[in-house]
Amino acid sequence: MSVPAKEKASSFEPNIVAFVCNWCTYTGADLAGTSRLNMAPNVRIIRLPCTGRIDTLFILKAFERGADGVIVSGCHPADCHYTAGNYHARRRFAVFRELMEFMGVDPQRITFSWVSASEGGKWAEVVNSTTEKVRELGPFVSYPRVAHAQVK
Amino acid sequence: MEELRELAKKLLQEKQVNAVVGYECDRRGVRPAFVDDPAGCDRLVFDHRCVQNLPAYLSPRRTNVAGLGRLAVVVKQCDARAVAGLIRESQLKRENLVLIGVRCGGVAANPNESRELGAETLALRCYGCSGTETAMADYVVGEPKTVPAAGGDRDARLAEIEKMSPEERLALWKEWLSRCTRCHACRQVCPMCFCERCVAEKTQPNWIESSPHIQGNFSWNVTRALHLAGRCVDCGECERACPAQIPLGLLNRKLAKIMSARYGFAVTDDPSTPAPIGSYRLDDGQEFIL
Repeated sequence: MSVPAKEKASSFEPNIVAFVCNWCTYTGADLAGTSRLNMAPNVRIIRLPCTGRIDTLFILKAFERGADGVIVSGCHPADCHYTAGNYHARRRFAVFRELMEFMGVDPQRITFSWVSASEGGKWAEVVNSTTEKVRELGPFVSYPRVAHAQVK
Repeated sequence: MEELRELAKKLLQEKQVNAVVGYECDRRGVRPAFVDDPAGCDRLVFDHRCVQNLPAYLSPRRTNVAGLGRLAVVVKQCDARAVAGLIRESQLKRENLVLIGVRCGGVAANPNESRELGAETLALRCYGCSGTETAMADYVVGEPKTVPAAGGDRDARLAEIEKMSPEERLALWKEWLSRCTRCHACRQVCPMCFCERCVAEKTQPNWIESSPHIQGNFSWNVTRALHLAGRCVDCGECERACPAQIPLGLLNRKLAKIMSARYGFAVTDDPSTPAPIGSYRLDDGQEFIL
C-alpha cells in the first residue's frame, strides 16, 4: 500500500540538535520549561559555556551523526558573560554559513538566534519554528547518507 | 640574479645570518634551497619558476629550520604576506629575520614550467599583481619587471559555481572531496598552518574521521579552509601540493571574498592589521541571526 506523499512528509519527525550557551539561552530554555510553554519535542539541547565555545566542527559532527537541523543560540550582543564570546561567534558563524552555502549545504538547516535568560517565549518560538522549517525541508539525507553509501 | 648572489654571499660572510633560504635549479625546474656556505651562493636563482612560498619554512612547527638560527629569506611580494601573518600571530620575531625582497614579474603556475611566462602560464595569484617588492624587505634586488596581462577573469570558475543550484554544488564538492586521500599535503605546505597538534590528528575526541572517506574528507577540508579564513595569504600552495588535484583555491578564494564583503578585510603584508577572525566590531552584520 502506498502512502500519499503528503502524509509521508507529515510523519517525519526531525532530529534537531541545539548548541546553547549556559548563561542566556540555557536559562531561557529552562524558563520556557518551568513556564510550561508548548514546545516541539524534537530538539536536544547541548549546553556549552558560551557561543564562543561552539566550534563549527560541532555542527558538522551533528549533521554527520544524522541531525536534520541545528540550532545555535546564545546571549544577545553586549550580554555575554565573558564580555565578547558572542561577538567572536557571530563572525565565525557568518563565515561558516556562507561557506556551507557555497558547498551546497542548505543554510536553512542551521538556525542562529540570540535568546536571553528572560526570553522563554522566544526560545519556544525558535524551537517550534525551526522544527516546522526542518520538517518541511525533510530528512537531511544529502549530507550524511551519500557518505554512508560509499562505505558499502 | 648576480645582485641576489652577491647579497647572499655578503650576509653569510659577515655572519649576519646563518643561512639563506632561496631557490636553486634542479633537474626539471626550481626548488627551495638552504645555503649556509658563502661559496654556495652561486646556486641561487630567481625567475618566473620560483613558485614556492618560502616563509612556509619559518613556521615554528619546523623545529629543524628554527634550529638554524637567524635566517635570510628570499620573498616575493605575495610571500611577504605569510611573514606578516606569522608575525601578526606571534609565531615569528621580525628582528630574527632578514628579508630579501625580490622584484617579481609574476610566476608560473608550476615550478617545472619550461615555457616563457605569458597569459597561459601565469599563476592565478599573479592576476592583477603589480609585481613590486614588499615594503617589509630589508634589501631589494632585481630590476623592476611587469607582470604579464592575465589570461582572463581569475574568479570565473568561482562565479560559475555560485550560479549553480545547491544540489549541483554539493554534488560537485562531493566528487572533488571524495578524491582526497588525507595526505595532509595542503596542511604541510601551508605557511599559516602551524598548530603543534592539528585537530585532524586528535583521536579523543575524534572530531574529524581520519580515514580517507568522504565524510571525514568533508569535515577536514571545510575545517582547513575555515581555520584559514582571513589568514590565508593566497599563495595557492595547497592547491599545487594536492596530489588529488582538488581545487582548494576555490574555497580559500570564496572565504577571501566573504571576508572582504562582510568585514572589508584584504590580506596584506602589514603585520599590524588585525585578522578578521579573532577580532570583532560591535556593529558586525547579523542578518542571519533570529
